[in-house]
Amino acid sequence: MTSHPLRAALAVMLALCAWPALARAHGLAGKRFFPSTLTIDDPFVADELSLPTFLHIKQPGDSEAPAGQFTNISGEFSKRIFPDFGITLGGEWNLLDPAPNNQTESGFGNLEVTLKYQFFTNTAHETILSAAFGWEAGGTGRQKAGAESFDIFRPAILFGKGMGDLPEALAWLKPFAVTGIVEGVLPSRSGNKKLTTNDDGDLEVEIEKNPNVFHWGFAVMYSLPYLQSFVRDVGLPVIIKSLIPLVEIDINNPLDRGFAGKTTGTVNPGIIWAGKYFQIGLEAVVPINERTGKNVGIRGQLHFFLDDLFPNTLGRPLFGGR
Amino acid sequence: MTGLRAMVALATLLLLGSTASGHAFLDRAEPRVGSTVRTAPAQVRVWFTERLEPAFSTLEVVNERGERVDTGPAQVDEASPATLQVSLKPIEPGTYRVKWRVLSVDTHVTEGDFTFRVAGGP
Repeated sequence: MTSHPLRAALAVMLALCAWPALARAHGLAGKRFFPSTLTIDDPFVADELSLPTFLHIKQPGDSEAPAGQFTNISGEFSKRIFPDFGITLGGEWNLLDPAPNNQTESGFGNLEVTLKYQFFTNTAHETILSAAFGWEAGGTGRQKAGAESFDIFRPAILFGKGMGDLPEALAWLKPFAVTGIVEGVLPSRSGNKKLTTNDDGDLEVEIEKNPNVFHWGFAVMYSLPYLQSFVRDVGLPVIIKSLIPLVEIDINNPLDRGFAGKTTGTVNPGIIWAGKYFQIGLEAVVPINERTGKNVGIRGQLHFFLDDLFPNTLGRPLFGGR
Repeated sequence: MTGLRAMVALATLLLLGSTASGHAFLDRAEPRVGSTVRTAPAQVRVWFTERLEPAFSTLEVVNERGERVDTGPAQVDEASPATLQVSLKPIEPGTYRVKWRVLSVDTHVTEGDFTFRVAGGP
């Protein structure tokens, strides 16, 4: 009995720390857990680490570059500064076989920094909206390995919507969710001058144009964890009930500088296994047209939930509580 | 090598300085989520994936009119600290909704609900 005041004080402190955490961590909005998707950016702000993300695909050739194998290994570290505002640092390593110079080239890509603000969360309707601004720092990577020499800015709006608010008559559809992005990809330089030597040995100046691009994409997923926990326990085995099959659509629409209408994109069917501390994802990368490619690639990702791995250190916002 | 040692030291510090613990998600329930039972249950038990903080974990059961049919408050099972249970009043055939909101011991909050049906009604 003598410990009651202390316990009560601890309980109040715990409550003040704990309740604001709802829907602000780990991709949660009410009952909905949004996994981290492999291809398009996530709409939520969280403490997480994607390392590595692996991509391998055969790219088509054009007038400036031969067809070849493209391998990309990347990582992203996301940290909440405030509960709804975070920063993401991204890096990548590329292998081009062959590169435009007909040699095999490898090296780091440009560093990327993204700020994201999750400005709307509705738990009852499992809805998230956020705004982001990304900056690819030109010249920080190796140009022969595909890194651009100029900066690229990426203002974006992202969304997530779970279907848990559907009527009971449509209960089997409640595990569906969709996340998506609309984004501008804005190069800081409209074109690059490139010196080449023609067949007569004379120097020529070519201008490689860098178009502004409208980038958009979405992911449609069916959450077996949601089905088991909130709709119907259908007796799935442990390994199966943690799976989230999904399809991601990723489209780039160049807008100007001679590239207008030359759309590229991929359809990415795959599956995510979401565990307690990490998730593993695997997707096929299917080009939507010959301009994007003719061969199916593969993308995989290992993704860590830092808020669960390190709840008292890396896994909490720098300011503003949990 | 100095950089590598510093990274290893930082990783060790972080690992030792915090105890990993996940969000408490529903693992299973009795009656089962979305199930139909022939006999009215005397209690509802929900198993979570993490240990719970009893003072901030709630479990309610309501009928189709939204009226509470549990005798509350919910209790965390001392022998199984990831299990939350609540006794029910005698209930008739119909559909019941179980609503939970729990705090895991690492202070992450999760919430959810599900239904079960007692057969025999109209």
